[in-house]
Amino acid sequence: MTEPLITELFTEQHAYVLFVLLSSIGIYMMIATQNLVKKIIGLNMFQTGVFLFFVTTAYVVGGSSPVIPPDGSGGPFASPLPHVIVLTAIVVGVSLTAVGLALTIRLYNEYGTLRADALREVIGDE
Amino acid sequence: MSDILLPLLVTIPIMLAAFPLLAGLKYERAGWPIAMVGSLVVAGLAALLTWEVYLEGQSTGEQIIHELGGFPAPRGIELVGDGLSALIALLIGVVSVAVLVYARKSGPQGNAFYSGYLLLTGGLLGVAFTGDLFNLFVFLEIVGLVTYALIAADRSGKAAYGALKYLFLGTVGASLYLIGVGYAFVATGTLNMLDLQSALAEVGYTDPLVQAAFGFILVGFMLKIALFPLHTWQPDAYTYAPDSVSAYISALVSTTAAYALIRISFDVFTVDFFAANPLIADGVVLLASISIVVGSLLAVMQTEIKRIFAYSSVAQFGMIVAAIGLTSETALFGAVIHLVGHGLMKAALFMGAGIMATAYGARTISQYGGLAKRAPFTSGSIAITGLALVGIPPSIGFVGKWFIALGAVQEGSWGLAVVIFVSTMLTLLYVARIIEKLYFDPPGDPHGAAHDDHGDGHDDAVDGHAVADGGHAGDDGGLTTDTQTDGGSPAETPIKPGDSPEQTAAVSGAVSREMLAVVLTLTLATVALFVSADQFAAMLDPVFGRFFQ
Repeated sequence: MTEPLITELFTEQHAYVLFVLLSSIGIYMMIATQNLVKKIIGLNMFQTGVFLFFVTTAYVVGGSSPVIPPDGSGGPFASPLPHVIVLTAIVVGVSLTAVGLALTIRLYNEYGTLRADALREVIGDE
Repeated sequence: MSDILLPLLVTIPIMLAAFPLLAGLKYERAGWPIAMVGSLVVAGLAALLTWEVYLEGQSTGEQIIHELGGFPAPRGIELVGDGLSALIALLIGVVSVAVLVYARKSGPQGNAFYSGYLLLTGGLLGVAFTGDLFNLFVFLEIVGLVTYALIAADRSGKAAYGALKYLFLGTVGASLYLIGVGYAFVATGTLNMLDLQSALAEVGYTDPLVQAAFGFILVGFMLKIALFPLHTWQPDAYTYAPDSVSAYISALVSTTAAYALIRISFDVFTVDFFAANPLIADGVVLLASISIVVGSLLAVMQTEIKRIFAYSSVAQFGMIVAAIGLTSETALFGAVIHLVGHGLMKAALFMGAGIMATAYGARTISQYGGLAKRAPFTSGSIAITGLALVGIPPSIGFVGKWFIALGAVQEGSWGLAVVIFVSTMLTLLYVARIIEKLYFDPPGDPHGAAHDDHGDGHDDAVDGHAVADGGHAGDDGGLTTDTQTDGGSPAETPIKPGDSPEQTAAVSGAVSREMLAVVLTLTLATVALFVSADQFAAMLDPVFGRFFQ
């Protein structure tokens, strides 16, 4: 009973597996590493996993890209909405990375370290 | 006609945000007037909208809906205004004007700050009005991004650390919310809130996909609202941020996130979802109750004033989220009042703490010893607002807590009622400590003296401070001197942490009369709003009629 389900998971729904893997690895990286730049990379990876999930939901078997000719023929088309969403979310993600890196640079200039544990010690965070 | 107010409220501050930087190329001090114009317009339009919604509520009780770009609803994005969002918009307008008046003297200076300030105002209003789940994500991230930048606006290392910590956790929160939205989208194929309401009901509230969607959205918002154990970003962010920024974000950022959670819980998932999943509803109440108790306990344990207020926010937002899990009309009514009340109280408290810090260098409880004599108005404000936070009538803090507790009792949730009572006692504990230090500790007490070496050079500036607070005798003379200091404002320098003693002493003039006036006005407002329950009811009745039909 479970065997076909698992097969199906890896043959037809591998994108979802990838989404979970990417997000988990990203969030683990963010928590486990002490290097601020690597933390930001982990954060990006986590977000990329989420984007992948959205792109996957747009997929239609045999669907072409949603550019509809004037006579309205053709189809089936992939759903354009998740693509738009992911585009917007990528822009948001890029700006977040920029702000994060800017703050990291300032921290480095101020304290001369990129390690979160060292910073915590210097700043006296509980 | 009135639906045009909604897009105006969102776009005006965002578009104006470009101008402080542009004008800054030519005029160095152009930022503040532009930001003030933007905030006043926002406050005015929000008041107009509130009035229209109020009238509408009397007659039809319909929502005000604006389709952006004329694209009709499920595909286009809608802005929706009703009693609830109008109240939040009014709070945003009032607080942004108040904090801006305060920020003129206290800083952070610079046109970039005012650009960020307007952008944040626009983002918050977007969260308040949007009728689309993904659009909500975008506005949440606008708010988040600008908040991270503003926290670090005074360029200190500690502030950058607090901001970066907030950035990591805030982004994870927003991404978790986005996953939840994705699940809801997969289940229904729509992102419009009103559309989702019926679509989710069709899919079925016990569908695992729908449950998971709510779970992700809840955890995402818990991070944004800062509920225990996901609150760890908040004390650092509030403590290390410049005082005016602390006041602004503590009053509005978590507040709009909590508002969005209320909106999604009741407008998208509806009470039927909670009825179908009692475990989820109980879980929300349980998590929120833990947050109330732990937040209060952590607040009692702190010595730094801003940190006390930050942890107190964890507890207060616990109450608001608990009311969501209760799905009781009375409790939710209290939650909305508490949302508004907490915003006003925290704005006043953080600005009061800011005045104490700028004028007397007092940032910890022990440094507050005997300050009431030197700063009667600020001390009075902190004391009154603090007592309002405890929930002592007459104040808006009492009204909010009262209705939440009443709702808990009505629903037979005695555990929550006890938790609220215990937290009230704990709140009294930390507020009473502050009041006791302010009023009943002599200025020259051993604790105060022991801490004097931390605040070097403040003694030299005592005279200036007393004048700055406008009240060593509460007379006009003090105020006149103050005006003169005010006139000399171009000479003001932005306050940087770690300044030499001489500079710190010079900073005493940085407390202006309008800063004091703002804190006093907000304090009076929290007291005066004690009688506002009927107005709140008139605004919220049509909304709750929809929520609890």
